[in-house]
Amino acid sequence: MATLNVNGKRVEVNAEPDTPLLWVIREHVGLTGTKFGCGIAQCGACSIYINGAIQRSCVVPLAAVGPNDRITTIEGLSASASHPVQRAWKEIDVPQCGYCQSGQIMAAAALLANNPRPSDAQIDAAMTNICRCGTYQRIRAAIHLAAGNKARSDEIMKNEVTAV
Amino acid sequence: MNDIINPTNLENPAVENPSRRDFIVKTAVAGGGLALGLVGCATPGDSNEPYTGPQTEINAWVLVRPNDEVVVRIARSEMGQGTLTGLAQLVAEELDCDWNKVRTEHVLPGQNLAHKNVWGDMSTGGSRGIRGSHDYVRRAGAAAKIMLVQAAANEWKVPAGELTVDKGIITHKASGRSTSYGRVADAAAKLTPPDLKSIKLRDPRQWKIAGKAVKRLDTGDKLDGSKKYAVDVTLPGMLHAAIMDCPVFGGKLVSFDQSKIANLPGKPRALRVNETTVAVVADTWWRAKKALEALPKVWDEGPNARVQQSDIMKHVASGLTGSANMFADINDGDALKAIAGAARRIEAVYHSPFVPHVCMEPMNATVRLSPGKAECWVATQNAQASMATLSQTAGVPLSQCEVYKMDLGGGFGRRGGNQDFTRQATLIAMQLPAGTPVKMLWTREEDLGHDFYRPIQQARCSAGLDEKGNLVGLHIRVAGQSINAFANPAAIKDGRDRRQLQGLWKEEKVWPNDAQFGYTPPNLRTEYAMRNTHVPVGPWRGVNTNHNGIFAECFIEECARAAGRDSLEFRRALLGKHKYHLGVLNAAAAKGDWGKPLPAGVHRGIAQFMGYASYSAATAEVSVNGNDVKIHRMVLATNCGHAVSLEQIAAQVQGGVAMGISTLMSESTVRDGRIYEVNFDRLAMPKIQHMPKVETVVQPTFDFWGGVGEPTICVVVPAVLNAIFAATGKPVRHIPFNNGMRLV
Repeated sequence: MATLNVNGKRVEVNAEPDTPLLWVIREHVGLTGTKFGCGIAQCGACSIYINGAIQRSCVVPLAAVGPNDRITTIEGLSASASHPVQRAWKEIDVPQCGYCQSGQIMAAAALLANNPRPSDAQIDAAMTNICRCGTYQRIRAAIHLAAGNKARSDEIMKNEVTAV
Repeated sequence: MNDIINPTNLENPAVENPSRRDFIVKTAVAGGGLALGLVGCATPGDSNEPYTGPQTEINAWVLVRPNDEVVVRIARSEMGQGTLTGLAQLVAEELDCDWNKVRTEHVLPGQNLAHKNVWGDMSTGGSRGIRGSHDYVRRAGAAAKIMLVQAAANEWKVPAGELTVDKGIITHKASGRSTSYGRVADAAAKLTPPDLKSIKLRDPRQWKIAGKAVKRLDTGDKLDGSKKYAVDVTLPGMLHAAIMDCPVFGGKLVSFDQSKIANLPGKPRALRVNETTVAVVADTWWRAKKALEALPKVWDEGPNARVQQSDIMKHVASGLTGSANMFADINDGDALKAIAGAARRIEAVYHSPFVPHVCMEPMNATVRLSPGKAECWVATQNAQASMATLSQTAGVPLSQCEVYKMDLGGGFGRRGGNQDFTRQATLIAMQLPAGTPVKMLWTREEDLGHDFYRPIQQARCSAGLDEKGNLVGLHIRVAGQSINAFANPAAIKDGRDRRQLQGLWKEEKVWPNDAQFGYTPPNLRTEYAMRNTHVPVGPWRGVNTNHNGIFAECFIEECARAAGRDSLEFRRALLGKHKYHLGVLNAAAAKGDWGKPLPAGVHRGIAQFMGYASYSAATAEVSVNGNDVKIHRMVLATNCGHAVSLEQIAAQVQGGVAMGISTLMSESTVRDGRIYEVNFDRLAMPKIQHMPKVETVVQPTFDFWGGVGEPTICVVVPAVLNAIFAATGKPVRHIPFNNGMRLV
């Protein structure tokens, strides 16, 4: 039995020490917002925070965390999807299929926590999650919006669609 | 690999549209609600709380709640493409309800079967979600409105013609009375439905809800992790299965040794799924996967284990010359003679690779087989094919099957007719005690190693120019693997697999040949030479328009440059007979600032092509710095006839750009008979840094219904490659880049 702190709650899990946190969270804790995409830390669908630092949970073993480490999943990012990133995602209507969006939102929120007003180049460097639907343009616009840079957000969304 | 249920479903309706007679389900509800006895329909959207209150079914598609919320039933699958929102817009448009009070719910295939297919074709492919449903869903909305208005008229004892409706509020101006849909729904449901044929639908030019930019209806639960995908299904007593298919296509599973994993955690049990596949079932998926890795397995990889990519390339290239397994489709004039006698001849060979779908949600399915009942929870583009697969595999009559279709974490053609995942999960469940649910999930390695890939294709194009630089003859020979030969040989008539020439056809807007070649040089010949391999292939978003668009549009660019003509003007001169092709080309050029100055080092390319009854064109602005290619901006124009959902069209176009440019970055190749790129360390994918600014121009002409999800992809790559040509003076004829270039 291992004891974890997930989204501020203490949970006991009965998993082998080498079990990736992704699968501990999904199968033992029962939180399914954190997604499996590749298993080798390439796609970012499984992004979580450990003590506030973003991690790809598919390659972090259970043994690497203890009861005092704070694990945050998409379900614990905010109450009622109220984080500025989630609000901006809704405003811009970012998701298509939505499968990668938990990870995208976690990555964007981590970026803004460290850099409240990122440039496009800084967004490019920080946001390495894969979205096969291709929601990248709206992700960029939403990050700027969440950062309070409405001018840049509007610029990206300008002429997004025109009917002639 | 060949045991495919109804693989044509991706592009052919599996069932006829419901007849008018059967269309309205006669309801005899007292107190409202659930005349069809629908249960368990997930309602995607902002609320995860299933609605349990009263609601009244006006007809098969429309339900009304006492609080004036309107529920629109959705039969097509939602995989991110926005069809759910678009279909709801179409129903709401005719219903004249309050868009802010529109909710949706899924229809399940078992319910559809039990009600004589009242909801029609559920398959969602070929960009037909809207264009294949618009007529009957709009009539349903209009019919419901007529009944609701009549109910109010009856109550007030006034002619229905004196009533008006605005946002679900019915008003009788003369007497100053008003009521709402929610208040008259029960009475409306008891009325005789109107004759659907005689309903006059609203002129799309007058649309108030459809055709407008509205927010998606299904965003809310994608923001906080609460949305349940098939991969998230949890059932009481559920077991988990990890699976491994023989790495070499065509190989077989010989044996495995259960004894070596018996003591591993999770009570793992290995079982044979079919002649090529082994699975391990355990109490969690991670334990099943670990045990599957530890399980000693013996494969008979067979002769295909010797096949290398170079063998495949040679085989495909053999179709570029000669006449073996070849036919001509368009053969206007005498292209070969015209080219041979031309003042100037141009020739080029192009290559397009195997491409995997890469749904971010790996293939999975959950199956529970109970006495007298077979159930499957699955992300599917074709719920009816899923149910047929479940039924046939389990040997359970369709009437005892149900498929709980979950919104897909990506589809792109992978989750349509080929229900391999449904079949596997069923075969596993059949070996477990009755009533035991099992969720089977593939690893990414399994997903990328056992896809139905976009088929490898090459083309040899030749052209002749006269002294003035006019195109006098054009000959396009396509060679490569056939989707139909692998998945649906019956679709090949008289040895002519026309499907591989999608986009190079003569027919205009005629389904299924709704991808017309726009150029009409005096002499034109298109050919296809079939060259099949052992690699499974299938429809990949845009299907054969992707490579054919590259072949045609990159070669036309080479012709334009050889003729010393402007790329736009050269194309315009050849599109005189096809005003819709020309229309989107002009729209893209205008919005894309064709001919206007660019920043230093930035160059433009242009392309047009047709697919899925829609017309597409693109411009790309690209800079090339050494081998680094940067795409700055793309403008895409589409004429899909009627534009139902502008924001969703924009999103689909952006998605098409991302999928298109992915094929410049990576491919699936064969080594020792198996796919080498089985995870993202080997398969490079576009990320946010690679995404250009995308602007979409929608140019509806209001006289046909075209698709949206697929048609614009085919112009993305040629526009980019033509811009690179403009930048470097050298054509790029091979994707992904094999000339050292890389997207940055």
